[in-house]
Amino acid sequence: MTSNITLEVFRYNPENDDEPSFQSYAVPCNKDWVILDALNYIKDNLDGTLSFRWSCRMGVCGSCGMMINGTPVLTCAKFLKDYLPGPIRIEPMEHFPVVKDLIIEMSDFVDKLKRVKPYIIRKEEQPLSEGEYLQTPAQLAAYKQYSMCINCMLCYSACPVYGLEPEFLGPAAIALGQRYNLDSRDQGKKEREDVISQDDGIWQCTFVGECSAVCPKDVDPAGAIQRYKVESTTNWWKSVLMPWSDK
Amino acid sequence: MGQFEKYSHDVLIVGGGGAGLRAAIAVAEADPNLNVAVISKVYPMRSHTVAAEGGAAAVIKQDDSMDLHAYDTISGGDWMCDQDAVEAFVREATEEMIQLEHWGCPWSREDNGSIAVRPFGGMKIKRTWFASDKTGFHMLHTLYQTSLKYDPIQRYDEWYVTQLIVEEGKCQGVIAIELATGDIQAIAAKSVIITTGGCGKVFPFTTNANIKTGDGMALAYRAGVPLKDMEFIQYHPTGLPFSGILITEAARAEGGHLVNKDGYRYLQDYDLGTPQPEPVLRSMELGPRDRLSQAFIKEAEKGKALEGEYGHYVNLDIRHLGEKKINSKLPFVRELCLKYENIDPVKEMIPVRPVVHYMMGGIHTDINGATTLPGLYAAGETACVSINGANRLGSNSLTELLVFGARAGKSAAENAKKQAAPKIDHLGYAVAERKRLNDQYLDTKKGDEKLSVIRKEMHKTMEEGAGIYRTEDSLKKSQKVITELRERFKKVSIEDHSLAFNTELIAAIELSNMLEIADTIIHSALNRKESRGSHQRTDYKERDDKKFLAHSLAYSTGEGSPKIDYLPVTITKWPPGERVYGK
Repeated sequence: MTSNITLEVFRYNPENDDEPSFQSYAVPCNKDWVILDALNYIKDNLDGTLSFRWSCRMGVCGSCGMMINGTPVLTCAKFLKDYLPGPIRIEPMEHFPVVKDLIIEMSDFVDKLKRVKPYIIRKEEQPLSEGEYLQTPAQLAAYKQYSMCINCMLCYSACPVYGLEPEFLGPAAIALGQRYNLDSRDQGKKEREDVISQDDGIWQCTFVGECSAVCPKDVDPAGAIQRYKVESTTNWWKSVLMPWSDK
Repeated sequence: MGQFEKYSHDVLIVGGGGAGLRAAIAVAEADPNLNVAVISKVYPMRSHTVAAEGGAAAVIKQDDSMDLHAYDTISGGDWMCDQDAVEAFVREATEEMIQLEHWGCPWSREDNGSIAVRPFGGMKIKRTWFASDKTGFHMLHTLYQTSLKYDPIQRYDEWYVTQLIVEEGKCQGVIAIELATGDIQAIAAKSVIITTGGCGKVFPFTTNANIKTGDGMALAYRAGVPLKDMEFIQYHPTGLPFSGILITEAARAEGGHLVNKDGYRYLQDYDLGTPQPEPVLRSMELGPRDRLSQAFIKEAEKGKALEGEYGHYVNLDIRHLGEKKINSKLPFVRELCLKYENIDPVKEMIPVRPVVHYMMGGIHTDINGATTLPGLYAAGETACVSINGANRLGSNSLTELLVFGARAGKSAAENAKKQAAPKIDHLGYAVAERKRLNDQYLDTKKGDEKLSVIRKEMHKTMEEGAGIYRTEDSLKKSQKVITELRERFKKVSIEDHSLAFNTELIAAIELSNMLEIADTIIHSALNRKESRGSHQRTDYKERDDKKFLAHSLAYSTGEGSPKIDYLPVTITKWPPGERVYGK
């Protein structure tokens, strides 16, 4: 016998509602269901108007982030039964404008990602006929962790600086900038520095580490930011104290 | 014109996954003056390429050759591959993969820094490049991030294409809904490339993501382009029983064993070789996917599978690989098992069963991605060139995205340069489409059929009638059900009448696409009275090269059932032979 669990879901339809409200749904607490399965149960059986994003249901596409009882999580990666007896409060990711129900506007992150130039920059390209660039396992390990970001933006929802300072590039974008800075094939660090160290937000980041705590892929954006701060401070001192050196 | 000027492109790419992004970059590199746009119902990094795990095949090591890769692919496909296409594929694969390396893909490496390769099912030589076991994820993000470097590439993120615009016998653009606002626009283009991926969601139990509803196939099909080889559906032998989450073939390539309820490596009983402690190429657990999935069914029929809540299953045992190797080579397998199945593969066996994974068939294209409709191209899983024949080998599809994404991009760019800008009635199309969607889905007077009910019945009949083993009987039953469901679908009505992010409306259109695709799968399977690769008919057990060394082509007849025609397979230098594994 499956017991029920109550989901209190944030509802907002910009065409009809002046302000958001919460709607309760009782769903079967199937032991194998994740929260996303419960939302789909609602959509299929109780209320076709409930709107949310999802796709892979295996924690890699990054679509289904939401606030669950106040914490940003991927809803495909959290079992319903772990929230018994409920109720479970489900809200759109914090710090983003809401488009409808659980769907947030994400173009801000997409624009910021582009600004950090998240691609290999080189003065000269080796012709493809000469084969791959060599990269030892140790060189790969230097940036691999930061390349694991799935762009789910949970870290933006958790970040107190982004909440106050929407201009802040934010944890994921900086981690991905660092991902390329640390790649042995890349020579674009200076170009990225213009974007990243000019960002006031990075200096406001107090290493609370909320971003790393919620990251479902252990990317550790907080570590990336701290490391970046240390490096750029060192570079600044070097440029003042040893202006003849080319860093 | 004026206000619609921005909705006009030289090349428009429908789908933002691996093939679409590779095509977009190919267009931008072919001529930076070309105006190219990518339109997708999701942001590009959400595309399903992201879920591919094991690797991507391309000849790179000294002991390998183009011919060996070609032969593995052709024999793996049970001689249904077009061999000229396979030859082009293996020839261009390596350069495409190196290009991706230059763009930053974090490929796993040998100690000296060169590319590392791993064994894979059906491959006689180790040639599968990998980025631990998140290869598709890293390839997609590398392509997406690299595409940001090209200013000419514009994007329509979260726009859903509902129709192709065909005028004067040419594809001249698309009609699409902007999800955020519900706005409908006609978007003109001199060339359109469809790269929307597969259609696994036609079945209930699949590794495919929610978005894999065959939209692009349905768009092309309705525009008169045939769908090729739709009866060939790949069941991956190792999916988690409830969720269908994929446990990569790399788990077996690294040395994992498939065992029945007695702990016995049962594949030895199915003409796949004799068990050895170390993995042997083209043998046992490294046999091709079709043969492994079929062996599972036979083993279950013998009563040797385990019985679980969600049906039969067997165990995948990787415990003997040890924690260190599992963490370095298969970290995602461990993560998925821990997070979604509550088991730790370091200490426990992984329950698995075959799961719908990949569509060998798709939009009929030539070797350059061109379809039979001038101006329309296709690449990736949504297309059928065909390099995959009756059974795709694991790790060929990621490479296929690159090779044929780039080829389609180049030919679409060439075509665009020769065409004048389309002059379409933007407003007229948008208004007519709004009316069509309103009449079809929002008019509550015409019926009260529910989406979820029709979808469920489609799933049930497809699994029962068109699964791993099929018969005339099972297929005819499913055919009848699908015909009824297509009729009932006309009476579907949805609850959500809002413009902004109407996911229910999109789900309805997706279901209409899937019902048509299901119809082509069943009819193609009914007509193919032989067994070949992934298409196994228990009433026609043998391969029949005399009658069926030919691709099926399913043509839309509008409301009715598809018309099935055939096109001979292209053979260059590998005459049809026996598929031999484990010897």
